[in-house]
Amino acid sequence: MSRPVWGCSGLAVRYGATVALEDVTFEVPAGTVAAVVGGDGAGKTTLLRALAGTVRSAAGSVRRPDERRLGYVSAGPGVWGDLTVDENLVFAGRAYGLGPDQLKRRVAGLLERTGLAWARDRLAGRLSGGERQKLAFAMAVAHEPDLLILDEPTTGVDPVSRAELWRLLAGAAAAGAAVVLSTTYLDEAERAATVLVLDRGRSLLAGTPDEVLAATPGLVVEAPARPEGIPSWRRGARWRAWSPGGSTPPGARPVAIDLEDAVIVAQLREDQRWAA
Amino acid sequence: MRPQGPGAPRGGSPADPQLASAHGATKRFGELLAVDQVDLQVAAGEVVGLIGANGSGKTTLIRMLLGLLAPTAGHVRLFGGPPSRRTRARLGYVPQSLGLYEDLTVAENLAFSTAAYGSHDPVLEGELAGVRDVLVRELPLGLRRRAAFAIALGHHPDLLVLDEPTSGVDPLQRARLWETIRASAERGAGVLVTTHHLGEAEQCDRLVVLASGRVVAAGSLAEVVGDTTAVEVRTPGWEAAFTALDAAGLPVSLVGRTLRVPGAEPGAVGRLLADAGVPADVATVPASFEETFVVLAA
Repeated sequence: MSRPVWGCSGLAVRYGATVALEDVTFEVPAGTVAAVVGGDGAGKTTLLRALAGTVRSAAGSVRRPDERRLGYVSAGPGVWGDLTVDENLVFAGRAYGLGPDQLKRRVAGLLERTGLAWARDRLAGRLSGGERQKLAFAMAVAHEPDLLILDEPTTGVDPVSRAELWRLLAGAAAAGAAVVLSTTYLDEAERAATVLVLDRGRSLLAGTPDEVLAATPGLVVEAPARPEGIPSWRRGARWRAWSPGGSTPPGARPVAIDLEDAVIVAQLREDQRWAA
Repeated sequence: MRPQGPGAPRGGSPADPQLASAHGATKRFGELLAVDQVDLQVAAGEVVGLIGANGSGKTTLIRMLLGLLAPTAGHVRLFGGPPSRRTRARLGYVPQSLGLYEDLTVAENLAFSTAAYGSHDPVLEGELAGVRDVLVRELPLGLRRRAAFAIALGHHPDLLVLDEPTSGVDPLQRARLWETIRASAERGAGVLVTTHHLGEAEQCDRLVVLASGRVVAAGSLAEVVGDTTAVEVRTPGWEAAFTALDAAGLPVSLVGRTLRVPGAEPGAVGRLLADAGVPADVATVPASFEETFVVLAA
């Protein structure tokens, strides 16, 4: 049996006259982790809400499982701060219709899996940012959803907790779920199976990280001083620049690009298009 | 006002070229040892990254350097002397919350800051000039960050302290913010950046890694990573391999369809996979900075 592929095709979302998303196509296959990347206002939250079915689309189509087979973690706290960790999990499990025995087993398993067993009687409002995100993850997977959607689960979370969260996400994918998260960190997107980069509501780049790198036109070069006449940006103490025609300016040398370079080049091209 | 010409002294003093330094700085809050004998220096013209998990002591250390907290033991120096009200005028600080008045315009925030520092009104350049009369609250995050930078840099500080300076913005805006930070360093300012974002670490000249209040690594990115390794696992069935390694309590991570286990021993990983009946190629590879950090923080 082939695994289901969730996602959207040609999706447009409008808030009144404002175009929040335009012609966005993105696939989230079961058993993988997919990342939606973009800055503040790029449309990440709108896309995730559209995938979850809480925002109406103006055009295009969305493929999602039945809402009882869907788990969603919103940006921000996402937990009940004045309930304990245990109570939050029980609340989530009951909301998804788990019976008493099933609920008890599931809560115990989730507490162990997320490393939150020590905090089960602690108020969720008193957890650290990373612990709260792990609790929100546990609540969203209480019913073992087919599609798990997380809106910026690692923003403001420290690197140790971020690594633990990624381990939990990979575990959900290994168990067969389709996982999609949004992030502003490109080093995170680089570890996802597929990536969608949004810019002003449009799809800037999409594919596997390798496909995105391979599709970058021209040449990215590195130089100790700012190269003249071509778009450039800082990378540490040195400069990087994009040579659309593929020539290497004097004093520069070509470099193997990473996702950060690919997105910057795509944004520069997009800016040129908007300016024209 | 201090002279700001190119010949003006930028270091702490002839005897102490460091703009900011901590020597055995220690801070205890009751039972909690928040910062434990930390040494740190920031010299003119360099960008130093202070990297640590939550609770590692980053914020306490910064507050001591800024003179907002007195060390329990050891000492801190700012511009060659103890931190004081006077040294505040030579500092530019951008907190993660940005410290802007959201219901004032960009120009009003700027006027407030220049009045406080007694400095000249800096010129708002490029896109910022176009939004000078817009309420800060109504600006997108990228522009808000740039406004906070322009205001913090308005009095030409000798030392810039930036907390998570590019959090939440897209890569092009992040590169533009780093252009501003680097330009300040090239004009001779020292820059201390605290960040969670390990991709940001490669923008710094030097890193200081804190864990549980102590410096666990310091130096260039290459020096910090050193010979830390990860075990890379390539297998047709990553799901089974992941499940087996995760169940064994290893800090396994998924990168595309490859698994990585920082700090692990390849023989042990190979045996675990063989016992689970998962065919896999196991190899030792250099660790990334993020993986090194997780190993150091453990």
